[in-house]
Amino acid sequence: MTTTDVRTQEFLDYVQAGGQVETGDWMPDEYRSKLVKFIEMHGNSELMGVLPERDWILRAPTLQRKLALTAKIQDEVGHAQLIYRVVEDLGKPRSACLDDLVSGKAKFHNVFHYPTKTWGDVGVIAWLVDAAAIISQKALLKCSYAPYARIMKKICWEESFHILHGRDVILAMVTGTPDQFELVQEALLRWWEPLMHFHGNPIPADEDPMVIWRIKSQANEEARQQFLEGYVPQIRELGLEIPDPNLRRDDETGVWSYTEPDWEKLRAVVTGHGPASQERLDFRRLSREHVEWVSQVVLAEAA
Amino acid sequence: MTLVWEVFRQERKGQPFAHAGAVVAPDLRFAEVYAREQYGRRQESEALWLVPRDAVHLVHDFPDEFDLKYRRVDGYSIKARLKEARERAGTLQG
Repeated sequence: MTTTDVRTQEFLDYVQAGGQVETGDWMPDEYRSKLVKFIEMHGNSELMGVLPERDWILRAPTLQRKLALTAKIQDEVGHAQLIYRVVEDLGKPRSACLDDLVSGKAKFHNVFHYPTKTWGDVGVIAWLVDAAAIISQKALLKCSYAPYARIMKKICWEESFHILHGRDVILAMVTGTPDQFELVQEALLRWWEPLMHFHGNPIPADEDPMVIWRIKSQANEEARQQFLEGYVPQIRELGLEIPDPNLRRDDETGVWSYTEPDWEKLRAVVTGHGPASQERLDFRRLSREHVEWVSQVVLAEAA
Repeated sequence: MTLVWEVFRQERKGQPFAHAGAVVAPDLRFAEVYAREQYGRRQESEALWLVPRDAVHLVHDFPDEFDLKYRRVDGYSIKARLKEARERAGTLQG
């Protein structure tokens, strides 16, 4: 083994034993590039994730809902800022992240490639998409890269308000008129597949580079099982139907079985072929052009 | 030119300021606006310190070559001696 190999192996042993890494510490190039890729996609997802909800600020049913939705959107943009900061310290400037995002080179989470048809969708996103996201994010509290793990504390703290807000929206609708109940049911039918895609294909932990480097502390399937275990009972107790006849829990093992999602479709969606992918990217491109003058003025004044 | 400003936040009066994160801003005025939004908008902080990253001097790596345990609590095991002292004094309980 070369000296670099030995050093890399020592680093790997260190992070696998639960060791944490700071920005200025030596790290293998592969670890750095995996970190950048993973954290950048997280930042992109926070930023793109506000667009489906933004569509509903003006159409939210009450003033209180409008304010809560706006506050949630502000939180998500704030998360994007925190996360891009971490990426910047790893060597990739925020402007480069945004360039790669709008050019379609970088990815963002599958759930943000879909349209929000009704207020029911907004409730399902705030409750269940955020619930799925918080499962992944809680697992990142143990990330081997300490600056990322640290900001996750603040992010998880804010996300818990989002889930409660989403659940409140859903409860208001399922206790409302039959039409309101139906809006939630229809939204759930639309969102079930993206939700099952959310945690990714069931790649075994020992083959997932993100788990090997302890960037994630949890395998994809483990996260999905946790989501099903926590939320299927909460969905069913409201009288809502989940569109998967094969979804059931083995009471002896506690493992949920379900219809295998179409992983090819997930791949297509996250590479920009989802129903709303291009429209969302166009909007992000446009808003970037529109605010360009602001940063120019600010930077010129400060220079 | 933009600068990185390290943000330290005090959660409640009397508590230490702990590192919370960083903001990027062209000057202190903007740094304050961003830090207020990011770390104080839900009244989760009592106060913030904003420090330009360049002003932070990192000191780390504190070797203990001679294992100077006598300066720490784990350097003292008084159990056996205390027992003996109590025996001598006749105050040892059951």
